[in-house]
Amino acid sequence: MIDTIFHVVLVLAMPPLLLGVIGKTKAAFAGRVGAPFLQPYYDLARLMKKGIVLSDSTTWIFRAGPVVTLAATLFAALLVPLGKHPAPVSFEGDMILFAYLFALGRFFTTTAALDTASSFEGMGAAREVSFSCLAEPTLFFALITLTRLSGTMSLTPMLHHVTLPVWMATGASLILLLAGLFVVLLAENCRIPFDDPNTHLELTMIHEVMVLDHSGPYFSCVLYGAALKLYLLGALFVNIALPFASGNAYLDWVVFAAGMLLLAVAIGVVESVMARLRLIRVPQLLVAALILTAFSLVLVVR
Amino acid sequence: MLFFDMMRDPASLVLCAIALAGCSGLPGLVFRDGTLGQRLAAVAALTSSLLALPSLLYLLLGGGEASFLLNWNLPFGPCEVALDPLSLFFLIPIFLVFPAGSLYALGYWPTASHSSQRSVTFFYGILACAMALVVVARNGALFMMSWEIMALSGYFLLVAEHREAEVRSAGTVYLVASHLGGAALLLLFASLFMITGGFGFPPAGSLAVGAGLAGTLFLLALAGFGSKAGLMPLHLWLPSAHANAPSHVSAVLSGVMLKVGIYGVLRVISFFPERPLWWGAVLTAAGLTSAVMGICVASAQKDIKRLLAYSSIENLGIICAGIGMFLVGQGTGNQRLAFLGLAGALFHVLNHAIFKPLLFFCAGSVMHAAGTRDLDRMGGLARRLPYTAFFTLCGAIAICGLPPFNGFASEMLLYLGFFGEARAGQPFVALGAPVLALVGGVAVIAFVKLYGIAFLGAPRTAEAAGAHEATGTMLAPMALLASLALVGGLFPQLFLALVRPAIRGFSPDLAHAAVLPIAPLWFALAGGSVICLAALLFLFLHLKTRGSAVSAPTWGCGYLRPSPRIQYTGSSFGALFSSLSGSLIRTRITMGAVTGLTPAAVRLSYHPEETLLHRVVLPVLNVVGVGCAFVRRLQHGEVQIYILYIFVTLMLLLLWVQ
Repeated sequence: MIDTIFHVVLVLAMPPLLLGVIGKTKAAFAGRVGAPFLQPYYDLARLMKKGIVLSDSTTWIFRAGPVVTLAATLFAALLVPLGKHPAPVSFEGDMILFAYLFALGRFFTTTAALDTASSFEGMGAAREVSFSCLAEPTLFFALITLTRLSGTMSLTPMLHHVTLPVWMATGASLILLLAGLFVVLLAENCRIPFDDPNTHLELTMIHEVMVLDHSGPYFSCVLYGAALKLYLLGALFVNIALPFASGNAYLDWVVFAAGMLLLAVAIGVVESVMARLRLIRVPQLLVAALILTAFSLVLVVR
Repeated sequence: MLFFDMMRDPASLVLCAIALAGCSGLPGLVFRDGTLGQRLAAVAALTSSLLALPSLLYLLLGGGEASFLLNWNLPFGPCEVALDPLSLFFLIPIFLVFPAGSLYALGYWPTASHSSQRSVTFFYGILACAMALVVVARNGALFMMSWEIMALSGYFLLVAEHREAEVRSAGTVYLVASHLGGAALLLLFASLFMITGGFGFPPAGSLAVGAGLAGTLFLLALAGFGSKAGLMPLHLWLPSAHANAPSHVSAVLSGVMLKVGIYGVLRVISFFPERPLWWGAVLTAAGLTSAVMGICVASAQKDIKRLLAYSSIENLGIICAGIGMFLVGQGTGNQRLAFLGLAGALFHVLNHAIFKPLLFFCAGSVMHAAGTRDLDRMGGLARRLPYTAFFTLCGAIAICGLPPFNGFASEMLLYLGFFGEARAGQPFVALGAPVLALVGGVAVIAFVKLYGIAFLGAPRTAEAAGAHEATGTMLAPMALLASLALVGGLFPQLFLALVRPAIRGFSPDLAHAAVLPIAPLWFALAGGSVICLAALLFLFLHLKTRGSAVSAPTWGCGYLRPSPRIQYTGSSFGALFSSLSGSLIRTRITMGAVTGLTPAAVRLSYHPEETLLHRVVLPVLNVVGVGCAFVRRLQHGEVQIYILYIFVTLMLLLLWVQ
């Protein structure tokens, strides 16, 4: 019970902090002070207080987009274990539901974008659906490798199976898998090198351009949902990358939270040292990640 | 008295329903004008379904079977008609979609605007009856006759608008493909006749023949039934046929007639006591290839019905891959894989028979309202057709396999089958999972495009702007199918209850040995939570922003005079993915040159190509046509001479036999 409460609190409260850490890291690289760590929370609170502007051409789908996406992501948040604690909801096949809840969110985000009748948002939607269908098989390859290693089809036992001895035995495969997952993490969350959340050129954006017309509380839903998605895919990554268990339940929560913050720093570093890829290069990188995870499967099957 | 006793027998009720369905178009031939004939046909269709569906469920759930011997004086041996669980299962889609389409046709294909209404109504009933007869026939000759009637009535339905050249050519391609498939089936049943000595179907598991002969029979069945089910590369007839038929006919062709092909494959497989592993491998590979290719080509289409037709190829591919998994599982003694494969395939048969007709009905309403099938000329229809838009949304989510609708539940079973192999003996079977994930991802492209471009945004043409909502008789079947899709996604155990007897009848050891690895409760919990969470959030935000919402034009990124024509079109939406998939999807782009500082208006047009049909098959057929030109002299359109041909052929055959 206490684990469930911790899980829910952490998963609800922590995601915007990752964005704050990423921003701070990038500011440090650029030699600036940067916005405070808690800036994303202030932004969300400010947006919740604002009114909204609705485009003339939109229907209820436009307002349902952020809402359904957030609802699907919130349910997905109950499926991923955080650190060495079991997830509140766990059953055989929950990983497939996990992947498909994100797909449901994508369906609604992109339809909401098309509802605005803006050509730029249409472009963003087309890019989002086209690139994600290359990222999705990568995630499934990684899940097959983990199923093969752990012998289960549920996220909690699967991720808890990855311990130091497993790393010793199948390190090469897990490194390839992590590399593939990191690429998926960046692509699905529209980070550099796939997409630049800070750019002001609508022509080159993916995620940000899809939500141009959202405002006020609906936009805060979009931002919070995006942060939550980053957090969940990040948790998947950190669970594999940090195979340590301290033995103390409370210490394990701290280790996990520290892992997530480290991941945010890593993303900040990547965003600082890399340029955004040209759009035509994006699929190539995604296919490369797909092949990396396929290799990781071959290594554990051989 | 005898009559009432018969009426109490559910199996006889089913046969009565089949006959009633076949006669449903007859009143229309008598009452020449007015809508009375069509209304009577709809009443007959609904009655037949009310007779059949409860009886089917009763027999299926109660484990009842029945068999009838019809007395026909034809030299093809006893004419047996039987209702076993597999037949009962495949009758359900027929009696679900047939009355729904009949009701829909009242608003969609009324006499007032379509002179072909009487013939469409007549052949529509004949088609349903013939499909049902195919499914219950246990005699090769009866099977082939029903098959032929089914194929021909399908032809007459799809050429309803035969004044258009496109429709005629689609009909011709369908007729040729259908008869090539029929030829393979004739060979199949002739071989069976040679082996068993009669036209009656051999009982399940009783056809013990050599491996080579069994393989040949399997391949013949795959060619004949696979071409009806639209498996690639035998799908060539399918897209244009389903696109050009009236929408309620497309719904039956796609939702039901393709499944008859699947039924045929399963029936023939059931004859053999031993099924080699390579059958499963072939079916899985063919299924997954069809699924990937079908949905990739679908994502490039700009014709709303052609997109749906290609997506049928995808879904039938998924079903076929499930049957392949079943055979692989049986071949390797893996009960779990066999069970999940067959359960997933049969469950998907039901699901596809729900959401595909739903989407074809929606496409019909859209065409009715906007007057075009071209997605790029629609837009903004959700404001004008709110109900149709909502049902289309349900269908689109369901067909993408997303929770909480029924497509997710059946794909989940297949995923569990694939994933389970990762930890067992055949890890390479697990590679099916990423392929299925890719298919799911591309399906999202195709259906976001269908829904977003047709229904959302601003209307691109005046016709789209003046569109109107469909009538009540058109909306009612859509509402029924959409709610079934949701029920199937939240409570898959209800549908699985129908699937289990079919599995038990097909492979008795399987249904007992294997259990579902996932408790069906999770579907209701996950789907219900997402729906409730979304509804609560929506209400909360709606109340919070109710007073403060301001309406304004869409942010044009600084451009001040936007027009609906600058919206992203369906073609541009799919173009990015088409460019990634390279030569898999060919599109013909014609465009005038842009010259000078002040260029004149130029046109750009974009046509997805049928690469295989137009670049390979038709040229080859043309060469064959030139080579065989002399045969054309036999074709002159004089019926009496044709009858003479039949007579002479019969005489020659008799002489040969003597």
